[in-house]
Amino acid sequence: MGARGTFTGGIHPYDGKDLSKDKPIKDILPKGDLVYPLSQHIGAPAVPVVKKGDHVLTGQKIADAAGFVSAPIYATVSGTVKAIEKRRVTVGDNVNAIVIENDGKYEEVDYGECKPLEELTKEEIVKKVQEAGVVGMGGAGFPTHVKLSPKEPDKIEYVIANCAECEPYLTSDYRRMLEEPQKVIDGLKCVLALFDNAKGIMAVEDNKPDCVKILKELTKDEPRITVKALKTKYPQGAERQLIYAATGRAINSDMLPADAGCIVDNVDTLVAINSAVRENKPLMYRIVTVTGDAIADPRNFRVRIGTNYHELIDEAGGFKEDPEKIVNGGPMMGFAIFDLDVPTTKTASALLCLTHDQVSEKEEGPCINCGRCVDACPGRVIPSRLADFAARGDKESFQKWNGMECCECGCCSFVCPAKRQLTQQIKSMRKMVLADRKKK
Amino acid sequence: MSDLMKVSSNPHIRSKAGTSKIMLCVVLALMPAAAFGVYNFGINALLLILITVASCVCSEFLFDMICKKKNSIGDFSAVVTGVLLALNLPPNAPWWIGLVGGAFAIVVVKMLFGGLGQNFMNPALGARCFLLISFTSIMTNFECDAYTGATPLAVLKSGGSVNVFDMVVGRTAGTIGETSMIAIVIGACFLILLGIIDLRIPGSYIVSFIIFICIFGGHGIDFNYVAAHLAGGGLMLGAFFMATDYVTRPITIKGQYLYGVLLGILTGIFRIFGAGAEGVSYAIILGNILVPLIEKVTLPKGFGRGGEKI
Repeated sequence: MGARGTFTGGIHPYDGKDLSKDKPIKDILPKGDLVYPLSQHIGAPAVPVVKKGDHVLTGQKIADAAGFVSAPIYATVSGTVKAIEKRRVTVGDNVNAIVIENDGKYEEVDYGECKPLEELTKEEIVKKVQEAGVVGMGGAGFPTHVKLSPKEPDKIEYVIANCAECEPYLTSDYRRMLEEPQKVIDGLKCVLALFDNAKGIMAVEDNKPDCVKILKELTKDEPRITVKALKTKYPQGAERQLIYAATGRAINSDMLPADAGCIVDNVDTLVAINSAVRENKPLMYRIVTVTGDAIADPRNFRVRIGTNYHELIDEAGGFKEDPEKIVNGGPMMGFAIFDLDVPTTKTASALLCLTHDQVSEKEEGPCINCGRCVDACPGRVIPSRLADFAARGDKESFQKWNGMECCECGCCSFVCPAKRQLTQQIKSMRKMVLADRKKK
Repeated sequence: MSDLMKVSSNPHIRSKAGTSKIMLCVVLALMPAAAFGVYNFGINALLLILITVASCVCSEFLFDMICKKKNSIGDFSAVVTGVLLALNLPPNAPWWIGLVGGAFAIVVVKMLFGGLGQNFMNPALGARCFLLISFTSIMTNFECDAYTGATPLAVLKSGGSVNVFDMVVGRTAGTIGETSMIAIVIGACFLILLGIIDLRIPGSYIVSFIIFICIFGGHGIDFNYVAAHLAGGGLMLGAFFMATDYVTRPITIKGQYLYGVLLGILTGIFRIFGAGAEGVSYAIILGNILVPLIEKVTLPKGFGRGGEKI
């Protein structure tokens, strides 16, 4: 079971990274109100600890975690709590959110003295990550402290830094690795401190040779960390494919990475862990790529969470052409948004503005059974048949044909010459099956 | 910024591949074989090809119109069926053979089952077998101006000797498009380079067929005999253009290998133990029928359940 640096299946779409890959990360200051949805993570929504009219400082906790699988939320500017009300978020729902009026002073709280990593106990490290509200910033938003508390910590053999960034157009992780590689490495070291038997692997796609070089140089004296260049292919950064490519271990949909002795965290998450553990700073920023052929000046920004999307577009020079579709995230797994009046959340990695919607340009035709989806599927299933089962509502056959092994990466829809909405159909069926399982 | 934004489920980008593009490439890939057929057999071959294609396209158009369905001839699949069927006809067949065959292929074998993607049998082969049974004397008469003798495979079966070089080039009697191994392989290479077909089925088909005739052919490992069997009859056309037909081959990867092996064995049985010299058409049609079963036994296991490596 050797690591092969790749996986079976996958696709090579136009990567669009040239638009923004040479643009350094730029700090931007929010102008309007900041909105903090109470549910920016998987698990119970956070509970507000401030009320309307309260004055808050940058870095002050405004909502506390509601249980173990939950995460607190912090103010990213100083100002006044204007309201706690329903606000629209990227997925289109209206959810409870705290609205803060920015006073423009950016007064910060005192984060307190910080003990060096070596003097912290494992419990203290996890506690700090939990307190800082760190969640998986690759997109899922799973609270990181839960991930860092597996049942048998001694059995964790690999901590994998997900530096693949396989989604087309996204360059936020790339810029982070180029500009602040030490922070990523230090974040990985914080996680390694929790698991005595673990080795650290920094898994980078080989289309970023400069990152591989820098990370290798900086980790040459770190016996526990290796840098691995993986084959450039979408979805190399999907958790299960990444673990397989980096370690040769394959987990199925019923398993967690920890079951195979692995913990996976992405670049931005590791940086957040680092500032939580070494500086006592809560999660307040994230890097967002604003790109696409409709954007005048595609860029990478360090954004204060809560900043309105309109401001990001303005900072990137606005639209040079009318966008037909705006995607929150990458083009393969991101979701289309219909309203820009939404806040940046902990999980927003990119804002992609496209002048053409390739999906609606072509009409769906009948399946010709060509098998391109089968060759492309990293989950090793038969997407075309699963979509047929989904259309018929045949849950039994869907599960028998391993429908639950789908990771919703979108490769099947991408390659389909008949332009079928395979991923969409399979995704909805998976949701129904998962809902059924929950009921039982 | 316009008020109307498009929203849809992920992914938001699509590859450039399209059904009609694929079909057009297959038509193009069949052109070397068709051109050689016309060069080899004369103008009647060209006429037959044109009539068969026209018959296929018109049948689909009329069927769609009568059944009030959306016109589907734009996907060019009817053209592929027409060319394939014509390449499987004897060069001196009367014009109405192409007309009847084309209509049968499209209406009975394809459209009645639901149109493109729904047929369980290759339309061109279904029609060929229908013609072969219905008009046996016409369909097995390969005599024409250029060639008066039997097909090389028939000669081989009766124990005669054949010129393998002529067979590879295609200067022999046979159906319009099957005689030239070189022309067929050129077209096949074009499709393989474009990634439209792969070697899973043709490779396992040809290899298993070679092994079969080496064991049961009665000539042992005789290079000339094996080469004659490969170049003769419809094996090359069948292996590269008909066994690889998307709709009627298994979609599972392991299933494709199994299907190829099955076709190799069936073709061997029909050619060596059967009454006729040919066997490719029947082998593929029989294989088509077994596809659901093949898919069932070769279902992939899924990532993380033992199916991650293929």
